[in-house]
Amino acid sequence: MGGTTGTLLLETWWPFVMILVAGWLATDVWRWLGVLAGGRLREDGELLIWVRCVATALVAGVISKLILFPQGVLAETPLWLRLAAAAVGFAAFFAARQRVFVGVLAAEVFLIAGWLGVDAVAG
Amino acid sequence: MSASDRFTPDNSPAEPPVTSGVWMARGARAAVSIPAFILTAAFVGYAGLARETGLTLAETLAMTGFVWALPSIVVLTGAISSGMGLIPAAIAVALASVRLMPMTMALMPIIKVPGKTKTWQLLLASHFVAVTAWVFAMKNLPDMPREGRLPFFLGFGGAVTSFVFCMTGVSYLLVESMPGMVAGALFLLTPVYFLCSLWGAARLNADRAAMVAGLLLGPVFFAYLPGLDLLWTGLVGGSLAYLVTRIVRRGLR
Repeated sequence: MGGTTGTLLLETWWPFVMILVAGWLATDVWRWLGVLAGGRLREDGELLIWVRCVATALVAGVISKLILFPQGVLAETPLWLRLAAAAVGFAAFFAARQRVFVGVLAAEVFLIAGWLGVDAVAG
Repeated sequence: MSASDRFTPDNSPAEPPVTSGVWMARGARAAVSIPAFILTAAFVGYAGLARETGLTLAETLAMTGFVWALPSIVVLTGAISSGMGLIPAAIAVALASVRLMPMTMALMPIIKVPGKTKTWQLLLASHFVAVTAWVFAMKNLPDMPREGRLPFFLGFGGAVTSFVFCMTGVSYLLVESMPGMVAGALFLLTPVYFLCSLWGAARLNADRAAMVAGLLLGPVFFAYLPGLDLLWTGLVGGSLAYLVTRIVRRGLR
């Protein structure tokens, strides 16, 4: 097999290996373990509380990275606008007795309005 | 094994005339709901994110179908885009997905017919366990006859997954021709959706403390330990939150 063909093949297939092993397997293995363990582990046990903490912190880390260091068009907006939009969304989520839909909508409306405002001032 | 141990959903003698197929169809119909709509919107937002990150349509769809848990999908996307190796990426995704195990465990006694439901059927159904379907199932399944629960859940999960799968593909293709501002708004959808739903899913103070710790530590580790920052954020932030709330809960024991 030629070197370039091999590299090309690897480049095409590597993401799928990642998706299958680091994505599918790494996710579904917990679902399968959940089926097999089926109620043998206590849900409020200390170990599971810690595990949930680690998982929550990890996903929260993703959230703040997506807001602070976005990719694509969103990166053109000022940081304060993204932070304010997220804060407004979170506040609206609370005000609406924890309805996710309201929170997301409020953040989006604030972002668009702010973005139009920033563009108007700049232009 | 006795005859009652065999899986015969359609012709059990003492069964009321409602078959598994009907339960499945009912589940699919119940999928037309507000939570499913929000989830679809979140995946539409993810499609935009995936496209910006440089994933192909096939990769985006493969992730949606195979992983089927948005936090894990977003973590994996970040891992691929930052060139993380297979093992660290798998660890990061596994850490982000651990919560699926207690969720699945809690669902099992509700969904199975003791002595009748086969383990492989449960393994198959477990793929649909993600926040949306799980919350719906925990709330609605207990009111249904036991025989109907698994097919109902399969119908619900299958319908939501297929619909979201298609919408993700469609929005991936459309995001290119969207005005910049609409696309940008889509990218913000994912983090805000998680911000709200993660808080909503938190049951203990430990969960909430972990969320705050992760939000604050994420950028710090990203700046100082790029590449493995998510792992460190999870382990350090989560353990810190656990220890502090544990001391508050039960003192220094």
